[in-house]
Amino acid sequence: MRASECDIVIVGVGGQGVILLSDVIGRAAVKAGKPVRGAETHGMAQRGGSVINHTRIGCSLGPMVAPGSADVLLALEPAEGLRFGHFIAPWGTALVNLRPVLPATVTAGGAVYPPVEEILNHLGRRCRDLRAIDASGVAGQAGTVQAMNVVMLGALSRFIPLQESFLMEALKEVIAPRHWEANQKAFGLGKAEVE
Amino acid sequence: MVAEYLLGNVAIAKGLLEGGVGLVAGYPGTPSSEIIEAVVDLKGDHPLHVEWSVNEKVAMEVAIGASWTGARAAVTMKHVGLNVAADPFMTLAYLGVGAGLVVISADDPFCHSSQNEQDSRRYALFASLPCLDPADPQEAREMTIFGFELSESFDLPVLLRPTTRVSHARADVEAGLHQPAVGDRGFVKNHARRVALPVHARPLHTKLIEKQRSVEEALENTPWNRLRLRGEHGVIASGIAGLYVEEAIQYLDLDLSLLRVGTYPPPRRLIGRLLDHVEKVLVVEELDPVLQEVVERTAFRNRAQVEVLGKEDFIPLEGELDFLTVRNAIARMEGLSVKPALPIEAARILPPRPPVLCPGCSHRGTYYAMKKAFGKHAIYPSDIGCYTMAVNMGTVDSCLCMGASIGVGSGIRFGGEAGPICCSLGDSTFLHGGMTGLLNAAYNNAHMTVTIMDNSTTAMTGHQPHPGTGITAAGVETVTAPLEDLARALGAGMVETVDPYNLEEAIEGFKRARDFPGLSVVIARQSCVILSRKSKVKRREFRVGEDCVGCRLCVEFGCPAIEFEGERARINALCAGCGVCAQICPSSAIVEVRG
Repeated sequence: MRASECDIVIVGVGGQGVILLSDVIGRAAVKAGKPVRGAETHGMAQRGGSVINHTRIGCSLGPMVAPGSADVLLALEPAEGLRFGHFIAPWGTALVNLRPVLPATVTAGGAVYPPVEEILNHLGRRCRDLRAIDASGVAGQAGTVQAMNVVMLGALSRFIPLQESFLMEALKEVIAPRHWEANQKAFGLGKAEVE
Repeated sequence: MVAEYLLGNVAIAKGLLEGGVGLVAGYPGTPSSEIIEAVVDLKGDHPLHVEWSVNEKVAMEVAIGASWTGARAAVTMKHVGLNVAADPFMTLAYLGVGAGLVVISADDPFCHSSQNEQDSRRYALFASLPCLDPADPQEAREMTIFGFELSESFDLPVLLRPTTRVSHARADVEAGLHQPAVGDRGFVKNHARRVALPVHARPLHTKLIEKQRSVEEALENTPWNRLRLRGEHGVIASGIAGLYVEEAIQYLDLDLSLLRVGTYPPPRRLIGRLLDHVEKVLVVEELDPVLQEVVERTAFRNRAQVEVLGKEDFIPLEGELDFLTVRNAIARMEGLSVKPALPIEAARILPPRPPVLCPGCSHRGTYYAMKKAFGKHAIYPSDIGCYTMAVNMGTVDSCLCMGASIGVGSGIRFGGEAGPICCSLGDSTFLHGGMTGLLNAAYNNAHMTVTIMDNSTTAMTGHQPHPGTGITAAGVETVTAPLEDLARALGAGMVETVDPYNLEEAIEGFKRARDFPGLSVVIARQSCVILSRKSKVKRREFRVGEDCVGCRLCVEFGCPAIEFEGERARINALCAGCGVCAQICPSSAIVEVRG
């Protein structure tokens, strides 16, 4: 018997807003009256490194999602999606932002960033459903590229057992009022990407 | 009570405020730093003293003084900080407290952001003090409040030991109202209990030993020790490991007996009851076999006919546990099939993404200039801070503990190293643990250079202020410790201050320090680039012009804002405008864009 209603793994690069997303989901779960657990990356790894956050909705036990059991993998960056792809369950959904962020190991010329197509192919073999989203582009349409993570949240909202109203309420709590309109729009456009 | 989605460290801060704390002191360190920050944010009008101390030892002493004066007190640090504070901690166990004193030492199994993964429960055992091992943020909050009461009941400090997966976990947490700091204040003289002379220490040690049994009994019936007698196989688990065990038992649908332990000394009576009931028991805990040793000893004393499984064969001694590891250990005990973690082989094609110095970080310029002056064969003892991430630049040859660069550098010199030695450490690290090393180097006449990389903050742990910044934890202005004067007063024969954004000046400064026949100090001063961005310091813009010959020197400098495209360098949107790359380019191809 599983101990969680929905296991989500959110990955990306330090600075992309991974923590904000897990915070919003957790707050929304509390509003919905569901127990929720999360595990975050803080400290050293945040300096431009790989970041992974776990969020478990309807769970009262440990905060980490087990490998091979994430219902949703939300990747704000494609390479990070594959790096943590082993978390996704065979029945799971992967939502992947298409826009790469090149690590210093690549920009400095040593390592090679593989073609995004290839990354998606490998990930696709691990899960039931893979959705690639140009979230950075969509965020631009919403008025601010910074809202890329909220575009992805909008997409995620279709795959998790939380009412949209709770997510929006939670989002509003953590977004500065002057950015609210753009973020609201970003959320809607993200949702439309997967409908 | 209304539930909120709280970080473990914030839940601990709530616990402190609900427990009527009067003073909180600490030194930043992942995963503990947010506790003090949250106390500052949440304390409102409560008249409560919160401070970032210079280091963990001082923080512990400040908390002890407050406790002896009748204020409930807490001290926060990461696990390795407890090494620094171990001296007052060990003897405090003899002397005891006044008002309740909770020592919070956050462990970091797997070294997510640490130089080792030592187990703080060992310290509690070492000092004969009670330790609370929370499984999640809610327990961490409750144990914090309980810690004050326990401390006062037994006249002992109490160690709270959250791990990364508790401190940096989030959960729906129910918290209550903050209580004003209580108690009559005023230091009461009592030499027999406050002055650790041998004549006082001997009876105090006896008293400490005598308390152990009653502490164990008082802890046994707390809600964090839970016994469930079912089948003839059982599990005993400590702290967060108990959650992984619960999930594994649910998942595998097994009828196992279970004892979850949250307090130390562990509840031996409950352990005995479980041992009487089962034929086989698996002990599950992170890091050291602290609980397992007690279980084995109890089994031996009780002559229990039981097989004890655990560390080495079933549960690793290192790293952090997770559901899969625990599930598989239980499956093996039960003769069920093990479920392997299935890595994606193709992930090998991915470029590594280690954490790196930020675009525009001044440490990069400092290390570049240092290496230009001292050469690649010099010895570069370094320290704990963001700059440790620059290990690829060739100027980080050692990293041991806070401030060690200077002591280690002196030892390298006296040990027989003849070549140039240039140590480096940050401003906060210097004030924390480097000053004594510098005094020692001067006193013993070590010929070398010490570089203080002064970015005017404690950057790595999230930009906490320190005595060099002139701001307290509560955001109040205070005296500023001038690093130049300190270095001179501690005996440096020569002190140079350079700007790492001005390479020529910095290289010349390092050369003068290198040629000085004695102990020299270079202070490389430039504000942390993250803080500059936040305070909206106007940034300059740079681009790569037609003169680029593709020599890659700027790329090798390692700034994430410089990419290589085709045959030429390119500056991307991450650029912070420090301008150092423009000074490195031999073709003068990197030029400022003048608006």
